[in-house]
Amino acid sequence: MQAIEIKELSKTYPVGFWKKQAFPALRSLNLTVDVGETFGFLGPNGAGKTTTLKLLMGIIFPTSGSAAILGKHFLDPEIRKKIGFLPEQPYFYDYLSAPELLDYYATLSGVAPGERARRIGPVLERVGLGDVGKKQLRKFSKGMLQRVGIAQAIIHDPEIVFLDEPMSGLDPLGRHEVRELIQTLKDEGKTIFFSTHILSDAEALCDRVAVIHKGELRGVGVVNDLRSNVAGKSEVIWEGADALPAVRDLVMESHVTGDSVRGTVQQADLDRVLEKLRQRGSRLISVTPLHGTLEDYFLARTAEKEPVQP
Amino acid sequence: MSSRLSAITLNTFREAVRDRVLYNLILFVLLLVASAPLFGQISIGLERLILVNVGLSSISLFGVIIAILVGIGLVSKEIEKKTLYTILSRPVRRWEFIAGKYFGLLMTLVVNAAFMTIGFYLALLINQHGLHRGDADLLVAIYFIVLQFMMMVALTLLFSSFSTPIFSAIFAFALFVIGTFGEDLKNFAAMSQGAVKWLATGIAWIVPNFASLNVITQTAHGQPVSGSLILFNTLYAVFYSAAVTAGAVLVFERRNLK
Repeated sequence: MQAIEIKELSKTYPVGFWKKQAFPALRSLNLTVDVGETFGFLGPNGAGKTTTLKLLMGIIFPTSGSAAILGKHFLDPEIRKKIGFLPEQPYFYDYLSAPELLDYYATLSGVAPGERARRIGPVLERVGLGDVGKKQLRKFSKGMLQRVGIAQAIIHDPEIVFLDEPMSGLDPLGRHEVRELIQTLKDEGKTIFFSTHILSDAEALCDRVAVIHKGELRGVGVVNDLRSNVAGKSEVIWEGADALPAVRDLVMESHVTGDSVRGTVQQADLDRVLEKLRQRGSRLISVTPLHGTLEDYFLARTAEKEPVQP
Repeated sequence: MSSRLSAITLNTFREAVRDRVLYNLILFVLLLVASAPLFGQISIGLERLILVNVGLSSISLFGVIIAILVGIGLVSKEIEKKTLYTILSRPVRRWEFIAGKYFGLLMTLVVNAAFMTIGFYLALLINQHGLHRGDADLLVAIYFIVLQFMMMVALTLLFSSFSTPIFSAIFAFALFVIGTFGEDLKNFAAMSQGAVKWLATGIAWIVPNFASLNVITQTAHGQPVSGSLILFNTLYAVFYSAAVTAGAVLVFERRNLK
């Protein structure tokens, strides 16, 4: 059974004065997320990330297509006991204290009264808010609110946690803390689906990512594979600058310092370069595979073909 | 009542209390109690009549104002601030949210009316130097005011489920004014002919008939209210509120919450 299975999910908004024009916010999305996986949903602002999450959470309704969460229809209220959701830049009832808010949300998620009382303290401790007492949320900083947001998403011990831009608007310290929290959820075996446009976060946390742009899925893959696919290059360092003319056609770029040379070589040409260097009697210092970043993949995916206009 | 429904109800009530909506009570009670002795001086022989009219009308008006001011934001504020996102992503049915909001605001208004009633009877006690048997009949007028609140909450909730707060306030207040003259609208329909008669009759049935719920003057004059009117008004308010709230649920069930 998959944690999330999205089939041909589309959302079109009517726009214009007479609402006669259609704006496709999401186009036939097909996606699966395995149980226990940390899945990054990447895309620039306005790509359709939040639309997808709103659809899965039942906040808006799809124009067509459907989805299953843990094998059940995504709008089945019972399945919602097993999911937690943190919206982008969340706002909570500011007249409540953090324990009151968590008690309210735990009640809505069907947690029994005794269990609620047992869980609230540890969950607040876990998000670093163990000492907030009865202070109302209107006195909380943005970073504290984000942590309250994560607390409400996990108070009922869900199997899947959906996070919409969880690091958005946070300072570096706040981002680090939230990242650590996500990492602990991952370590516990929770399935995590989070949208972000901050690629370093996805790179650090995700097993797999999907890239969405202009409402269209542009690519899905394992993070390590995607980085390798982008790169496919190695850095070769050797001593013996006189060998450079023999391999110049195979070396993409090179820098000579004294007698040592540092060159970048395509993976396919690596064996031939090494062979020629050996023939010339050059001393090989190192061969290092160059990994591309997720950013390379992201940029490549979001720059390619424009979607077909309806 | 499900735990989810009661949780939303209590949270709505708690919001009103913590946002100091009920502070109007203090103002009302202080004003009424402080001015009670003055009624005797400005209206010899009519002090009870004026005190009852002013007191009960104030309870009604304060409640309706709270119903409109709080009610118009019940749904729209939750959408605007996105608090609804974290509710609907849980096993909460949309009708439970609407019903919880309805009962929460109604609870606020009932508590409000209860404290105002205590203040009102306190003023009556000071003014008359004691309470009389006929004063208990005034509770029927207060009960009818609560029935009026039931209908107003349903109406503001309906408007809040699809409109902006400003338009919701305009619609709700307009209906309150029209409903206050509900009997006149029925009389007009009875006297009309042809299409106008059909139209006026239709409108008279759709708009809330608050006129039939207003027995303040009657009770102030010591005239009893019949049991049949109490029964009719109760059924009317319950069914009208249920129908309008069901309308709010129907709208909200289909709404995309952008």
